[in-house]
Amino acid sequence: MNQADLQGKTHWVWRETLAIHRRAPETRLASSLSTVEIFVALYYGGVLRFNPKDPLDEQRDRCIISKGHGSICMYPILADLGYFSSEELHRVCETGSFLGGIPDPVIPGYETVNGSLGHGLGVAAGIALALKSKGSDRSVFVIVGDGELHEGACWEALMFASHHQLDNLNLIVDNNRISMLGYTDEIVSHGNLNLRLTAFGWDCSEEVDGHDVLAVRTALMQQKDRVTDKPKVLIARTLKGRGVPGLENAPLSHIINPKPELIDELLEKTR
Amino acid sequence: MTCQPRAMRDVFLEQVRKAMGGDQRLFFVSADFGSPVLDKIRADFPSRFVNVGIAEQNLINISAGLALEGYIVFAYAIAPFITMRCYEQARVSLALLSEVRPLNVNLIGVGAGYSYVVSGPTHQCYEDITLMRALPNFQLLSPADHITAENLFNHCTENQGPKYLRFDAQVLPVIYDQEVPDMEIGFYVHKKGDRICLIATGYLLHTALEVAERLSGGGEEVGVIDLFNLTNYSADQLEAALKSYTGLVSLEEGFRGRGGLDSMLFEFIARRRLQATLLNLGVEPAYRFELGPRAELHEQVGIGVQSILNSLRGFRESLPM
Repeated sequence: MNQADLQGKTHWVWRETLAIHRRAPETRLASSLSTVEIFVALYYGGVLRFNPKDPLDEQRDRCIISKGHGSICMYPILADLGYFSSEELHRVCETGSFLGGIPDPVIPGYETVNGSLGHGLGVAAGIALALKSKGSDRSVFVIVGDGELHEGACWEALMFASHHQLDNLNLIVDNNRISMLGYTDEIVSHGNLNLRLTAFGWDCSEEVDGHDVLAVRTALMQQKDRVTDKPKVLIARTLKGRGVPGLENAPLSHIINPKPELIDELLEKTR
Repeated sequence: MTCQPRAMRDVFLEQVRKAMGGDQRLFFVSADFGSPVLDKIRADFPSRFVNVGIAEQNLINISAGLALEGYIVFAYAIAPFITMRCYEQARVSLALLSEVRPLNVNLIGVGAGYSYVVSGPTHQCYEDITLMRALPNFQLLSPADHITAENLFNHCTENQGPKYLRFDAQVLPVIYDQEVPDMEIGFYVHKKGDRICLIATGYLLHTALEVAERLSGGGEEVGVIDLFNLTNYSADQLEAALKSYTGLVSLEEGFRGRGGLDSMLFEFIARRRLQATLLNLGVEPAYRFELGPRAELHEQVGIGVQSILNSLRGFRESLPM
């Protein structure tokens, strides 16, 4: 996909995510707007190998969306790619729909149980170990939030992955610097996260503006291809609630629901 | 036929080791917990053995990842740590995920009940039956001797889903040197009795058999059943085995009245409308720091031979003739 198309797709996913939240306000909007470009880069930027016709195709790269609540933007992406019908997007959180407020692995395209934070990285490390053991050259991607990195189990997995030289494991940190009750720097600061992860034995890519889809794509492509004996991580600087006045980078954005009229107005203005 | 008693973990791990040579699907993960047999597994199969370190949460998640890719995983640690430290990992990555993905992960917890006798309550385990039976899709396997543990190996590889094996840390006397129970039925009737039947799991089967023998010496016959699969037993066959009794006694080396074997039997009696009263015997819920031989500690908390005999006296009198 060329640059203009990628940017256009990003804009479309952002709008679709807003529209889903307009219909299903139970979904976490702010967290899902900080990850839009990450998922667009992964799925449209040629980074991930995947097969909508056979979601568990042995030849796919594994994508573990650990911060599941913040991936509502994946719903339009998966529908667009053919994992399920786009009509499903109009039934999010409705009775009988498989698209809930927090995505579960009943959704074609989702690998694991997500949203209960701190599990995805360990499971991804287990998958990466298994792929190496089986002689597979497929990659594993795992998306976590910086707030999620307060969970101790993440650091158990970080130590494990570097010790076992899981160079097929790619971590993406959606570093929006806000968890539920405010800025992570004021809750329990990660300090210099890049240095911390480097100290834990990870190969850290240069931090990237997580809302520049081209930069994210380039960084992920380079990271995936880089030959090293370490697991790799990309920290993406993002904004929670990106592009929504009153929500963007607001300390309580996790629990703020913008008024429906505001969303309607935004959708109209950004048409 | 006689055989020497052995540690459950040793015979089980020997089965794993034997099978690993021919079955490339088997993977062993330890949370820095060992055994002489495990040393051989580490040496023979370095590419399918991993020590995650003292990190039980990661033990479970790594195991889940391996299982998602098709491996049959054995994860190994001390019983309280492999159940309680990582309970939410077991819930999310095993119980919940196995609802939609085929997973075969077998948690081997060593140190059921008081079996780490002098280590105190941190290393003893009285809550695991309650906790693990609360998780849908989990099988809870609780052998009373090494023969049962040995025979559970095939049950584990042949049945999908997460399982928790609670092994005693001590070498217990052999019970099944004559006849091996059918692992798929999940329980074994040792003895039929007149009015009362003792239903025990794990170590307390030995206590139950001793109690029954003492009573038999005095002319009273009580039934004894070993319930070694606390989740996936044959309910119809268990009902048939229990229905002639007016008094049932549950015996577990776990907290009494907190959702363990006793709750399972209360529920079973209600669901199957059995005309029996249940006396539930287990560890009185409290953490204690006394040191002493296991049998003596058991007397202190109400599950020693003498304590059980005392409890049975009043129970017997309360039953309808």
